[in-house]
Amino acid sequence: MAAIRVEGLSKRYGPVTAVAGISFTVAAGEIVALLGANGAGKTTTLAMLLGLVLPSAGRIEILGHDMARDRFAALARMNFASPYIALPARLSVAENLRVYGHLYGVAGLERRIRELAGELDLLAFLDRPAGTLSAGQKTRLALAKALINRPAVLLLDEPTASLDPDTADRLRAWLAAYRAASGCAILLASHNMAEVERLSDQVLMLRQGAIVARGSPAALCGQFGRDTLEAVFLAIARATW
Amino acid sequence: MAKGAMSAGLGAARRVWALVYRHLALYRRSWPRLLDFAYGPVLQLLIWGFTARFLAAHGGASAGLAGLLIAGVLLWEAALASQLGFSVSFLEEIWSRNLGHLFVSPLRPWELIAALIVMSVLRLLAGMMPAILLAFLLYAFDIFALGPVVLLLFANLAAMGWWVALGIVAFILRHGAGAEGLVWTVMFGLTPLSAVFYPVSALPAALRPLAWALPSAHVFEGLRAALSGGGSGFRDLAFAFGLNLVWLLAMALLFRRELHAARRGGALVSLGE
Repeated sequence: MAAIRVEGLSKRYGPVTAVAGISFTVAAGEIVALLGANGAGKTTTLAMLLGLVLPSAGRIEILGHDMARDRFAALARMNFASPYIALPARLSVAENLRVYGHLYGVAGLERRIRELAGELDLLAFLDRPAGTLSAGQKTRLALAKALINRPAVLLLDEPTASLDPDTADRLRAWLAAYRAASGCAILLASHNMAEVERLSDQVLMLRQGAIVARGSPAALCGQFGRDTLEAVFLAIARATW
Repeated sequence: MAKGAMSAGLGAARRVWALVYRHLALYRRSWPRLLDFAYGPVLQLLIWGFTARFLAAHGGASAGLAGLLIAGVLLWEAALASQLGFSVSFLEEIWSRNLGHLFVSPLRPWELIAALIVMSVLRLLAGMMPAILLAFLLYAFDIFALGPVVLLLFANLAAMGWWVALGIVAFILRHGAGAEGLVWTVMFGLTPLSAVFYPVSALPAALRPLAWALPSAHVFEGLRAALSGGGSGFRDLAFAFGLNLVWLLAMALLFRRELHAARRGGALVSLGE
């Protein structure tokens, strides 16, 4: 069973088509990247997978649950992180994690908080208000929140945006290790081609709401006759078809 | 089956507690927010309390009328505190850009509403206690001397605060944070129709049906009956209770419709803007 199954997914806002009938699957333990220029439909796709936006057509199934009818059963076993959605700034790191631990019904919550804080280098900041953290610490907190319920499906929107290269690299290594250890399916939207090449098993190239190319990073480079994924991205983004 | 239902109930209670804990943690670190709870009720009490005392001292009002003014202001402030406790707690999620995380968590919409009601009750208690105490110390007015009926009066006005807030939150969901000003204005708009300081019969005939459609008008008629010894006020309270149920149901349906529309229109993605 696919962890994520999307069939004929579309979203129209009046005359504007944000997502145009896309279909894909993400298997358990697989990392799939959504790539595309601004406005290609990545964020709308993630928002529909999370139940924030209702599709105009198509079907989403996550961990066997139809998101149109049974989204809360799926939401309990998935999670999400984005640098563009904040956590309450006045609450401490531990308080934020406690809130989300309760929301997701995490057993042994205090132990889980310390475990995640240890793994993500947040132990020293547990009592610090989230608003006083550096960008890197905030990103690690967002990831800790996203992992608090040991999700079977993880959606990440630009997980290393605004991080310095060292922190970003360590975060990628941590994500790869987490996937290997947990078998979690990860769908990530990113503009960082090096990140996508390093982490992803499959890449979905979006353009004007449609998937125009798909495959492993190496296969896409071969298909487009380019050396890097960035060159493939530019070729697609600037194509005139 | 029963075990499954109990487990679901405990899960729901834990999610409601998660949100209540989130707000308690916030208030623990923010004394200006706590001060704001009591500021409005105390200020209004002082204004109306001294006005009542001045009128009584100059023969313009009986002691009964003075008591009516003070009781009126205390009860109406309870309605305001209830409405603000609900809707400002919702706005806190928008201000902190946290709403997106909540809507993609297993938190059900009705659990969100339940948590906002709990916060409303806490704000009502924290905000009204100082004003009730001051009314006793400054004006020798003990609202609890009215008897158990006073709890029903407060409860009905708190319930009115919930459905008014639910309607405002539904409006914000649909139209964005630009509509947040309604949080501070809608209840004031209902004040003249609520007949807080005068009977409904004092209103122009054309406005009376509107007043009778509000639970608050029945509550204050009941208050006047209880204070004047002209009745227990329970009949008015029964009307208020029934109206609150109808309005609460109507606003819950509106909330559900607007939430659906917000999800269809993509408004939840950019609610803070």
